[in-house]
Amino acid sequence: MDDMKPETGVKGIEIEGGGGVTDPSFAKLVAQESGENLLACYQCQKCSAGCPVAYAMDILPNQVIRMVQFGLREKVLSSHTIWICASCYTCSVRCPNDIDIAKIMDVLRHIALGSGIKPAERDIPIFHSVFLDSIKSKGRIHELGLIWQYKSKTRDFMKDAALGWKMVKKGKIKLFPSKFGGGREIKGIFSRHEKGK
Amino acid sequence: MKELSYYPGCSLEGTAREYGESLRGVCEMLEVNLHELEDWTCCGASSAHCTDEALAIELAARNLALAEKGGRELLVPCVACYSRFKVAEEEIRERPEKWETSYQAKILIHYALDFFCEDSLLEAVGEKVVVPLSGLKVACYYGCLSVRPPGITGVKSYEDPDHMDRLMSTLGAEPLPWSYKTDCCGASLVMTRTDIVRRLSHRLLEMAKEAEADCLVTGCTMCQSNLDTRQEEISKEFGHRYDIPIFYFTELMGLAMGHRDVKKWLGRHLTDPLRLLSEKGLMK
Repeated sequence: MDDMKPETGVKGIEIEGGGGVTDPSFAKLVAQESGENLLACYQCQKCSAGCPVAYAMDILPNQVIRMVQFGLREKVLSSHTIWICASCYTCSVRCPNDIDIAKIMDVLRHIALGSGIKPAERDIPIFHSVFLDSIKSKGRIHELGLIWQYKSKTRDFMKDAALGWKMVKKGKIKLFPSKFGGGREIKGIFSRHEKGK
Repeated sequence: MKELSYYPGCSLEGTAREYGESLRGVCEMLEVNLHELEDWTCCGASSAHCTDEALAIELAARNLALAEKGGRELLVPCVACYSRFKVAEEEIRERPEKWETSYQAKILIHYALDFFCEDSLLEAVGEKVVVPLSGLKVACYYGCLSVRPPGITGVKSYEDPDHMDRLMSTLGAEPLPWSYKTDCCGASLVMTRTDIVRRLSHRLLEMAKEAEADCLVTGCTMCQSNLDTRQEEISKEFGHRYDIPIFYFTELMGLAMGHRDVKKWLGRHLTDPLRLLSEKGLMK
């Protein structure tokens, strides 16, 4: 990615029409973190055409790539799109220039979590954080415990309550977590890599 | 007797319990002996790879190291776990110096569906069929991660796969051509943006219905759960009544091979599959 221009330190410019201020280092950061050649995108829009969740996005996947090229950091990191992406990889396998767009979405989520920018989707990062806490403390996901923790953070206790009860009756809900003995190892992994808090 | 290490994954202890039960059931019938990894932990799932790549790799690698120590090939029923394992395998094989793990990417990792679709296993399954699933029209639903990305899954025809279709033909069922084999159901967005899951799952049910399928078959715990447990809500929201059973492929294998516990597995579904099977004369 050596030919990626402009270099860090180049002053950003204000984009007309509410696009925000450009951050010239942003494209380089995303390219480095993902290992993907963002500049190969020629805006054929195949990624967006095949995306099953495009209808729920505020910026389409091809537009995300363009905005990253322009350095519109804030606009991209505060979008719904980066959280709505379901990581189905349809875009990645159809890109004629072999850009792994799903991987870029992952990288944008990682950067967003460390950026201090308020996520446009409130509940999705909360869910991920509760999910990882559950692994950290119990080693495995105990679904009932996970749901309870998530609901206590989002304060939406009634959602899916009736469905949950039906699943209990079908024996699909494990009431107590399994015992596990890898605690020290798991805590070591988390202390080495935990970010996004 | 084939000996394999086995990583069940978290959902097989809960919402996908019948997948675990039926997988163990058919493995027993096919003389595949499963050794569950001791002290396995969560693969990290979507939440780890959405949060931090290194965390995702190491949570997966911990389990792969356990399996490698056991020396046997590893069988993974949950395709989401499988995908995380394959990503970790590739990363550690290419950049071993970067990772603090004893895992050396030396054991074979099998996704359960791919495992049973290998020619030798298909043949063994065919020989055990005692109740051919004649007249059962199935839409094979592969979902995302069992085929994509192909560099990870090794599936060549990732836009129009047919390995599960071959397994279903072996069981005597009739797999139908349809266009939504590999479309996403919304997966882990089910807890946070249930509206998206309902919309995507509705489309899948509608397309299966249009193809005149009696049921869908899958090997993904999230696909099965989203399509099975949300069908009533979807029917209400979109104003069409859906009553389409969503099977795990292992359940239909067990049914065709005459496993004694099939009723128990199917009794855990929220969209009742027993009525369909008795109408087709496949179950008393």
